[in-house]
Amino acid sequence: MSEDLNKTAQSQQAASATPAAKPAAPAAAKPAAARPATPAAPAKPAVNEMKPKQVEAAKLHDELKRLHDQEGMDFLLSLTGVDREDDGLAVVYQLENTTTLKQAILECVVTDRENPLVPSAADLWNIACTYEREVYDFYGIKFTGHPDMRRLFMREDWVGYPFRKDDETEKNNPLRMTNEPLSDTTTEYVLTEDGKVEAVEHAIFQEDDYVINIGPQHPSTHGVLHFRVALEGERIRKIDPVLGYIHRGVEKISEKMTYPQTLALTDRLDYLGAMQNRHALCMCIEQAMGVEVSDRVQVIRTIMDELQRIDSHILFFSCLCQDLGATTAFLYGFRDREKILDIFEETCGGRLILNYNTIGGVMADIHPNFVKRVKEFIPYMRKNIQEYHDIFTGNVIFQNRSKGVGVLSKEQVISFGCTGGTGRASGWHNDLRKLRPYAAYDRVQFNEVTRTEGDSFARYMIRLDEILESLHIIEQLIDNIPEGNFREKMKPIIKLPVGQFYSEVEGSRGRFGVYIESKGDKSPYRLHYRSTGLPLVAVMDTACKDNMIADLITIGGTVDYVVPDIDR
Amino acid sequence: MFNFTTITNWLHSFLTTTCGFAEWGAILTESVLVALVIITLYAVFAIALIYMERKVCAFFQCRLGPMRVGKWGLLQVFSDVFKMLTKEIISMRQTDQFLHNLAPFLVVMASMITFACLPWNQGAHIIDFNVGVFFFLAISSIGVVGILLAGWSSNNKFSLIGAMRSGAQIISYELSIGLTMLAMICLTGTMSFSEICNDQYVNGWNIVRGHVPAVIAFIIYLVAGNAECNRGPFDLPECESELTAGYHTEYSGMHFGYYYLAEYLNLFICAGMASTIFLGGWAPLQIAGLDGFNAVMAFIPGAVWFVGKAFFVVFLLMWLRWTFPRLRIDQILSLEWKYLIPFTMVNLVLMALCVAMGWTF
Amino acid sequence: MKRAKIKSIPYEEFKDNETYEKLVEELNAGGANVIVKKLDDLIDWGRSNSLWPLTFATSCCGIEFMAVCAARYDIARFGFEVTRNSPRQADVILVCGTITTKMAPVLRCLYDQMADPKYVVAIGGCSISGGPFNKSYHVLNGVDKIIPVDVYVPGCPPRPESFLYGMMQLQRIVKVENFFGTTNRKEKDPYKVEAEIKEEHIYNQEEQA
Repeated sequence: MSEDLNKTAQSQQAASATPAAKPAAPAAAKPAAARPATPAAPAKPAVNEMKPKQVEAAKLHDELKRLHDQEGMDFLLSLTGVDREDDGLAVVYQLENTTTLKQAILECVVTDRENPLVPSAADLWNIACTYEREVYDFYGIKFTGHPDMRRLFMREDWVGYPFRKDDETEKNNPLRMTNEPLSDTTTEYVLTEDGKVEAVEHAIFQEDDYVINIGPQHPSTHGVLHFRVALEGERIRKIDPVLGYIHRGVEKISEKMTYPQTLALTDRLDYLGAMQNRHALCMCIEQAMGVEVSDRVQVIRTIMDELQRIDSHILFFSCLCQDLGATTAFLYGFRDREKILDIFEETCGGRLILNYNTIGGVMADIHPNFVKRVKEFIPYMRKNIQEYHDIFTGNVIFQNRSKGVGVLSKEQVISFGCTGGTGRASGWHNDLRKLRPYAAYDRVQFNEVTRTEGDSFARYMIRLDEILESLHIIEQLIDNIPEGNFREKMKPIIKLPVGQFYSEVEGSRGRFGVYIESKGDKSPYRLHYRSTGLPLVAVMDTACKDNMIADLITIGGTVDYVVPDIDR
Repeated sequence: MFNFTTITNWLHSFLTTTCGFAEWGAILTESVLVALVIITLYAVFAIALIYMERKVCAFFQCRLGPMRVGKWGLLQVFSDVFKMLTKEIISMRQTDQFLHNLAPFLVVMASMITFACLPWNQGAHIIDFNVGVFFFLAISSIGVVGILLAGWSSNNKFSLIGAMRSGAQIISYELSIGLTMLAMICLTGTMSFSEICNDQYVNGWNIVRGHVPAVIAFIIYLVAGNAECNRGPFDLPECESELTAGYHTEYSGMHFGYYYLAEYLNLFICAGMASTIFLGGWAPLQIAGLDGFNAVMAFIPGAVWFVGKAFFVVFLLMWLRWTFPRLRIDQILSLEWKYLIPFTMVNLVLMALCVAMGWTF
Repeated sequence: MKRAKIKSIPYEEFKDNETYEKLVEELNAGGANVIVKKLDDLIDWGRSNSLWPLTFATSCCGIEFMAVCAARYDIARFGFEVTRNSPRQADVILVCGTITTKMAPVLRCLYDQMADPKYVVAIGGCSISGGPFNKSYHVLNGVDKIIPVDVYVPGCPPRPESFLYGMMQLQRIVKVENFFGTTNRKEKDPYKVEAEIKEEHIYNQEEQA
């Protein structure tokens, strides 16, 4: 039945291209489901297609400023660079108004490949600063007026711009075993009155700063993150994050892969959100193709996402305890995490890298034990959350170390684009599951956990409360997983229609988005992931300023970033 | 109660009369023997403590701990020792070689001398004179010099921060330790460890005799002692998540091994002092009125009592270590200067009052 | 032939014993004094049971390493739970995760900072060959290009059981090494290497002349 549906959807999608399509099969052939009958898929090709508004580089800043000031677009969701070869280099801005949820998408194309210049938006959104550095690193687009135009991921002596289609990356960049040069100055490109560009040097640190390197090999940076920290005694003056130690060029390799192949890499981005990342990519491709997956798949995906979220939050708890010196609590967290991994293992075969979602459904149906195991897990976990509170939350040392430490205001988290628990701890309602329900989230009851303090303790509590909410979601779904196909039949070669597509899910630590630009081939022309962790690292300087060096650990632990997700 | 002086007297007479040593020769031989015994005990206790720490920690964390080397992993620490002894000691350029090599020895020396201050049994005191407590406090602070030197000479920013933290922390907490000990000296009226123990053997344990002020002093002593040993929740100088390994980041092989040993021995010394001053040292548990019970208790040798009490305190400290998260440096210092020191001072006055008014048991 | 014994696991149950035997032969090519050999065995016993890992993790495999340290798999049973954060005090570096070209010099530096004897275990597909990212412009295809690897543990990420198996294989290697032979210092003395290069250079020049 759903095969028919699948064909229908595909034919409908094809209908826009070729009018000679089969008549649509009756929509009544839908599998029995708990979902209230949704209207039949409209004839338009894809729900997630973006129609960016073209803006010239010269007018870009004014337009952005207008959107920011007048239309209240206070959240820069994503900023993507694209190399259109002969058509020049493009920058895609995705903006959102956090109160009305209205979105605006802008695109700016520059044709000058030698010296591409785009005005910076760093004065409007704080996170633009980091995103623009990323685009500069990948495409060499210089943002005029950006105060800190350095590479973000590559070494400073890297030659060329790896994401350009004509870049001879391998040839220019042999393995360099010399110590990485880290300059103490940064460049700002200033557009003068007469249209010329001048480079202005800025010093990153002051002369009398005592700079220590935390990372890249450091126990509490959660991976290979490198902070250059300027200290005054024990107080932090400034943090300069150096990224890219685990930059694997996932987006670039994906351009040479077919769509099913690209799936494999998503699990390895944020390995604590493996299910959700892959869900996002599958959803993006499915929506772009017009495939509608069965209800069973939606529910399974939702349950898996929530299990993954619990897994991630338990790991968050464990690592935070470890960082703060409470080693025993760390092991308690891991003890419970193993239970989830058991559930995953039975169904998916993997413990950490699950490779479960696939285009059109999931790889395999759920294991016969799945429902039983999950039902056993829910009360077990509820009981153990109490134990976490007993051993760690109530501890006076932890409370003293986290309350009022690293306070972020709501304006700051929005400006930095810190979604997920970090944003919600500061009072920003950004839970995508509530804002734009996807999968099966529209049929479950749950609360969006938010707090207003914005300090480390709030960020910590948010996560523990979210575990309970996730358990609640799973509880509602686990008993009524609808019957149906666990995977739609897909064509052997999957091709996306021409266009730009964007889908996102609520990952373990924020909104994880997938941007695909397709030329109609079997591999993406440009694939960009909206990293959940990059804004979280970008905000570290603001959050840690004037705190102690020990607070850096607390704050870094509570904003909860995963480095491979930042570097991609 | 078994008195160790019988053995020492016998040994002395054996050396002087049977072996025909001159008086100075006998004393020299005895000193060498005692030094050997001390070093052996030092090593044995270090191994026992490390093994205990790993097992206790595993117990708290629902794990097994070392299991595969020897029965129940009993030989685990021995293999660590062999490994450590044969590990390369790295010497670095651009460091102060002399100070860098000297620092671990200072730390070990300080802890070894304080180790020798402990009263093991009736008559088994190695360093014992009328200002014993004073001497103990003085010597134990040499260790901090070693730590500071280590941090300074490593030419490493993490080490330096670790050493500075350690300096600030240890010197501060020494005040509390000194003041709590002073409160107990008020009660016993002597600074000699052997007499403190004898006094408690005759009159009962200090913690019982001194009741409220003694219990307060005991708790404060445990907190401050824990901080003195740089152990969690006060393990800031080497706290792993901030400073990789703190002041000993650059030390490898047996140099690092000395720090490792000293850390555990300091823990034992801290616990041993607690048992000497508060829990009666080698004095057995005596309850007035229960003569049969008292006789049985007195039959157990004093050394067993002493070590048993010390390990009990060690267990308490390990429990703390594996339960609490770490404090921040400013919180550690404010805990000491704003809370512990005023408390101990008031407590000292309270104790003096109790003693003067005869409100003790 | 000397065969390392691992507690409660028979020799035959280990895979790839041929490679292992070849390695043993190589190590014992010179033969050794009986007394020295006994002392060697003692030291090797100590070393093999006290391999303190450096906490080094770049990505996914690091999480599995944490799971190995946690209650269910408990690497402490082997005595490996004393993870050191300073490379100076660690004995074995578990390369958990992808090594990018930016990370490569850092890894090399960490390896150089470790005190001898030191061992390397490459964990996961990424550190063995680049894994799923081996076509990337920014990924090192195998850590053995920059540091000598003793044991490879395949998987993506390897299961905790494979971690333990890999560590036991490493124990077997350590158990047959000679302390008084050549293996105590894996690398040549850098000063000697420098001198050798100079000599060779002079020799070449002479030959050319």
